[in-house]
Amino acid sequence: MSFPTLAVGETVIVRASFPPGHTRAPHYVRGRRGVVAGIAGQYPNPEELAYGRSGKPELPLYRVRFHQRDLWDDYRGSADDTVVVEVYANWLERSSEGRP
Amino acid sequence: MSGTHHHAGEHPPHQPDIEEHPFSTYQVMAEAVGELLVEKQIISRDELRRTIETIESKSPAAGAKLVARAWTDAAFKARLLADVNAAAAELGIDAGPVPIRAVENTPSVHNVIVCTLCSCYPRMLIGLPPPWYKSRAYRSRCVREPRAVLSEFGTTVPDGVEVRVHDSTADLRYMVLPMRPKDTDGFDTDALARLVTRDVLIGVSVISDFS
Repeated sequence: MSFPTLAVGETVIVRASFPPGHTRAPHYVRGRRGVVAGIAGQYPNPEELAYGRSGKPELPLYRVRFHQRDLWDDYRGSADDTVVVEVYANWLERSSEGRP
Repeated sequence: MSGTHHHAGEHPPHQPDIEEHPFSTYQVMAEAVGELLVEKQIISRDELRRTIETIESKSPAAGAKLVARAWTDAAFKARLLADVNAAAAELGIDAGPVPIRAVENTPSVHNVIVCTLCSCYPRMLIGLPPPWYKSRAYRSRCVREPRAVLSEFGTTVPDGVEVRVHDSTADLRYMVLPMRPKDTDGFDTDALARLVTRDVLIGVSVISDFS
C-alpha cells in the first residue's frame, strides 16, 4: 500500500472511493479537498482490524480541516466555519491545487 | 392533584419494569459475550462488575479540574494542549489509554465535538456521553448545520467567530478547553472547576461572563 507522507499545511483530496466493508472515512468528506491540520500518529488499520486481522502495517493518521462551504453547497453559516476529521493516509492524495 | 384524579384501581400506580421492553440485538449479544467470557474463565463476574462500575463512576468533574488548572497555570495549559492524558496524570487523573486532544476556544474560534460514525467520546475522562450525543440527529446535523444545533442548546456563536467541528472518526478523543469567563479573577481552582460542565467540555455550551 503506498500513500504520501504529508506535512501540516499541505492540501489533500480524500479519495472518492466507495469500497464495501468497514472504513473510518466518512462519506461526506470523500472527494473533498482539505488541508492537513495535524499529524495524529500511527495506528492499526481499522479496515483490517474490523475483520479480526492485526491491522499491521499501521497507517499514519492525519487531522484534516475542511471548509464547510467545500462540503455543503448550501451551507448556511460563516465562510470561516470548518470541520476537522481524522483521516487515515490510505484515503488521502496530495493535491497540487488550492481550494476550489 | 386536582383535575387529574383517577379512581384507585382504574390506573394503578405503575413504573414500567425495564424488562417490559424487549432487549435489542446488541444488548443480547453483549450479555452473551459477557456470559461466555465468564464461563470460559477469561474474566470473573466481579472483574466484569468492577469494570462497569469504574466506567460509570467517571464524571465531567475530572475534565473540569483540568480546565480550571489550565486557566490558572499557563505552563500546565501548554502541557494539556500538547498531551491531555499526560497532563491529567499529573493531577492524579487516569484518562485511559486512548489519546485525548484538547481544542481551545478563543475569541475567534468556537470548537464543538461530535462522532458522526458512532459515538466516540472521552469516557475515561468525562464519563458516559449523554443520550443525545449518540443520536443520529446530533451526529448528522452537527457537521451539516452546527450553528443551528448550537442555537438549540442556547448557544449563539457570532458570525465573525469560526465554528470548528471536530469529528472523532478514528483513534483520538477530544475535549474543549473553554474560555475563562470574565470577572473570575478572585475564583480559586475549585470555584473555577464548578463553572465547567459536561456540555461546555463537548462544546455545545459556553460559560457566561460574570460582568
